[in-house]
Amino acid sequence: MHSAQAPADLTAQVSAICAAHLGREGPMLPILHDVQHAFGHVPEAALPVIASALNVTTAEVHGVVSFYHDFRDAPAGRHVVKICRAEACQAMGANDLADAAKARLGVDWHGTTADGAVTLEPVYCLGLCACGPAALVDGVVVGRVDKARLDAILEEAGA
Amino acid sequence: MTVTRTIYVPRDAAARALGADAVAAVLAGNPDVKLVRNGSRGMIWLEPLVEVQEGDGPRMAYGPATAADIPAILDGTSDKALGPTEDLPWMKRQTRLTFQRVGVIDPLCLRDYEAHGGLVGLRRALEMTGAEIVTEVTDSGLRGRGGAGFPTGIKWNTVAGAEATQKYIVCNADEGDSGTFADRMLMEGDPFTLIEGMIIAGLAVGATRGYVYLRSEYPDAIEVMQEAVEIARTSGLLGDVLGSGRAFDMEIRIGAGAYVCGEETSLLNSLEGKRGVVRAKPPLPALEGFLGKPTVVNNVISLATVPVILEKGAAYYRDFGLGRSRGTIPLQIAGNVRQGGLFETAFGLTLGEIVEDIAGGTATGRPVKAVQVGGPLGAYFPMSKFDTPFGYEEFDGQGGLIGHAGVVVFDETADMLGMARFAMEFCAVESCGKCTPCRIGAVRGVETIDRIGRGDAAAIPLLTDLCETMKDGSLCALGGFTPFPVMSALTHFPDDFAKAKEAAE
Repeated sequence: MHSAQAPADLTAQVSAICAAHLGREGPMLPILHDVQHAFGHVPEAALPVIASALNVTTAEVHGVVSFYHDFRDAPAGRHVVKICRAEACQAMGANDLADAAKARLGVDWHGTTADGAVTLEPVYCLGLCACGPAALVDGVVVGRVDKARLDAILEEAGA
Repeated sequence: MTVTRTIYVPRDAAARALGADAVAAVLAGNPDVKLVRNGSRGMIWLEPLVEVQEGDGPRMAYGPATAADIPAILDGTSDKALGPTEDLPWMKRQTRLTFQRVGVIDPLCLRDYEAHGGLVGLRRALEMTGAEIVTEVTDSGLRGRGGAGFPTGIKWNTVAGAEATQKYIVCNADEGDSGTFADRMLMEGDPFTLIEGMIIAGLAVGATRGYVYLRSEYPDAIEVMQEAVEIARTSGLLGDVLGSGRAFDMEIRIGAGAYVCGEETSLLNSLEGKRGVVRAKPPLPALEGFLGKPTVVNNVISLATVPVILEKGAAYYRDFGLGRSRGTIPLQIAGNVRQGGLFETAFGLTLGEIVEDIAGGTATGRPVKAVQVGGPLGAYFPMSKFDTPFGYEEFDGQGGLIGHAGVVVFDETADMLGMARFAMEFCAVESCGKCTPCRIGAVRGVETIDRIGRGDAAAIPLLTDLCETMKDGSLCALGGFTPFPVMSALTHFPDDFAKAKEAAE
């Protein structure tokens, strides 16, 4: 495994994020969330910087990053559409909806359209189980998503 | 003299997902009305549910409302009028204790909170010893609402008895079970209740710090909880608790999309900044929990029920319920239902009453085929088991569990082999990888169900055997309970597992 040389500005920015959380008990996840917020993903070059700040190995940081579905190792598309796959939404047709989204975008789960407009992801429950199928579009909740509403969402996202 | 006219438009995520923000936007600039973004009353099929109140008069409900309905709602001519909210059958039939303020108050107004009974329980707790608080909670019969049903008072007693320089209260708000949203609604609609419950827990066991581990899939709940903690801190509720000289402070921590972190030991690892893998028990978190210190880990609803127990007394709470399931349970009715939402009631309603009477049957109008109770690890119940009363032991006795009290209804179009396969697939995706029965078993489970789907009936005993192994050999409920949905689907809906075979022949 090669370790990427971190550009100076990335190192400075990640170090500042780490410093802001060092006083907390269990600062790793808050740091990773902030890094992802700042860069749109958790860059590989950030891992040794975080490791050094927390006095753990880079492998340990990598282990944490790779465990959680939320953390990306590459930036997502300009819009992220998450469609709920859980049982309550399935009872209202979520499987057909997901198939329609995949067909229209030409991607499978976790895929990004060729033009970089939309990333499609599964999510397991948004707590909108009485108004399914549900979706989360760029962090905004949408309920009772039928084919027409899905088309409108994807249209607006430029896909 | 002018009478104040208050309009309530929920800020609950479900209401927003159905267009509440657009409704609120129409009212935002209106100088003649006071706009309050409340929590949801729980009637999700009527959201956005707009309420209009003249002065101190009754709140009149309108819904489901769109922005275009607002002029008619304001001049009293709207055909969306439902009458006084409190008189709606869904509201009248409930016993709202934990959810008494949800949908009623402005979630981020501490004065409103106090005006509706908030802080009464905490003020009483401040006059009591820790041991007296633990006794009160034990006597109430409250059991863990996250799903395990362990008596809350007994857990607290263990932490109270442990000697340590630091103890913690950790709230499990990683509500990942499909069909459940009570935690989300409580946090979005009445966050101070959870904060009050955590402070009382701290006083009871001698803990001065608390954490809420809140899943990232709930952006709205995160926003409300963070703001509520800030308000609680600046108004002296957190810190030096109401000037009593007793310390308690807390923080909101955000999860990162791992279902297994709803399991308490995996949650603690995640909170410490590690991979969210399950820890073997013992040691119990009550003795060696967060950072190795004695820790109370309770679900949102368990903690949010503590204030009303302290407010009204253990006996008041205990008098509701059935058998060893005391008090009330916020049912979450979801999936393919005509009337879905949150319905808090004493334990004891039958599953049939819940599905047919309260939920009004399916949204599609087709007959009910199966009802999954208790999330993705809960069993699928056929209609022949509709007389099962809602209680911990009662569901256990029928090969199921009540879990976090989510009730997900499926109509006759549901493919139960597909649902069983999904249960295994979900377990494979979300397994933390620590124990083999779960990590490998779930993958083999998907493959075995696919064999059955292709018409290979010889794979059925193999699936049964695999489920036994997962049940007996897994470290936590993810691998250990995935057999519930799988085996219940196979047992109660054998036709769905045989169809493919017929097609193959």
